[in-house]
Amino acid sequence: MARMKFLCDAERCIECNGCVTACKQEHDIPWGVNRRRVVTINDGVPGERSISVACMHCSDAPCMAVCPVDCFYKTEEGVVLHDKDLCIGCGYCFYACPFGAPQFPQTGAFGVRGKMDKCTFCAGGPEANNSEEEFRKYGRNRLAEGKLPACAEMCSTKALLGGDGDVLADIYRQRVTVRGRGGDVWGWATAYGQPGQAPAQAPAKGGKS
Amino acid sequence: MIRSAWVIGVAAAAFALAACGERPQVIQYKQGAYQGKPDQKPYANAPFDGNQQKWDNDLRQRNQAQNEYKRIGS
Repeated sequence: MARMKFLCDAERCIECNGCVTACKQEHDIPWGVNRRRVVTINDGVPGERSISVACMHCSDAPCMAVCPVDCFYKTEEGVVLHDKDLCIGCGYCFYACPFGAPQFPQTGAFGVRGKMDKCTFCAGGPEANNSEEEFRKYGRNRLAEGKLPACAEMCSTKALLGGDGDVLADIYRQRVTVRGRGGDVWGWATAYGQPGQAPAQAPAKGGKS
Repeated sequence: MIRSAWVIGVAAAAFALAACGERPQVIQYKQGAYQGKPDQKPYANAPFDGNQQKWDNDLRQRNQAQNEYKRIGS
């Protein structure tokens, strides 16, 4: 049983925003909604790093925990999806999500907040697979077509990987072994440091985080 | 003397038992159950027609397209 995950290789991401464009095009996403975005740390400073961020399809998703109408569910493949017919657009999931994944279309003149929209891992939602209704509400269901998320498959440098977590781990492990570095960019040691070593550096002067 | 000892005893008992009536103030969170419509499996439709094994294999094979070390045949 596949366990779907995203993995972004910060050594490879060149901040081209191809993943963002692929996502918007694939699902016909309206203005103001970004299911995926590229975040750059120390932008413009030598050593800058970028990663592509969307819903991480958490194993213990905080959005599911805080939703007052229980509109979230998790598929057998570990993809976190939601029913837009139930969503009341309260925004709790946005506050709970550590990645800022939930998006809210604002269509009214007074900033009326619409139903939540987020990355579906290209798995659609609770409508008939590949139906018009599913596309209109959730975007294209590539998993039902035997394909993987458009953002990962379109990534020119293959920085963004998407698919079964075990397979991704194998790909990344081989990559790190071949180039001899890069496995330590993210993780515990980067965030909190190791004994006798300072934790992650603050953004450099002149750069923006 | 007896009276003051009695007062001190009552005060000590009141102090010692002060927290006995305390109730837990933390909300016991219960995970809600999904209230929406059921979703179809991704392999329920054509071309897989319910064949999960084929879907798994196809996806695993497609996943390797993201591994350029495999793609260039090295």
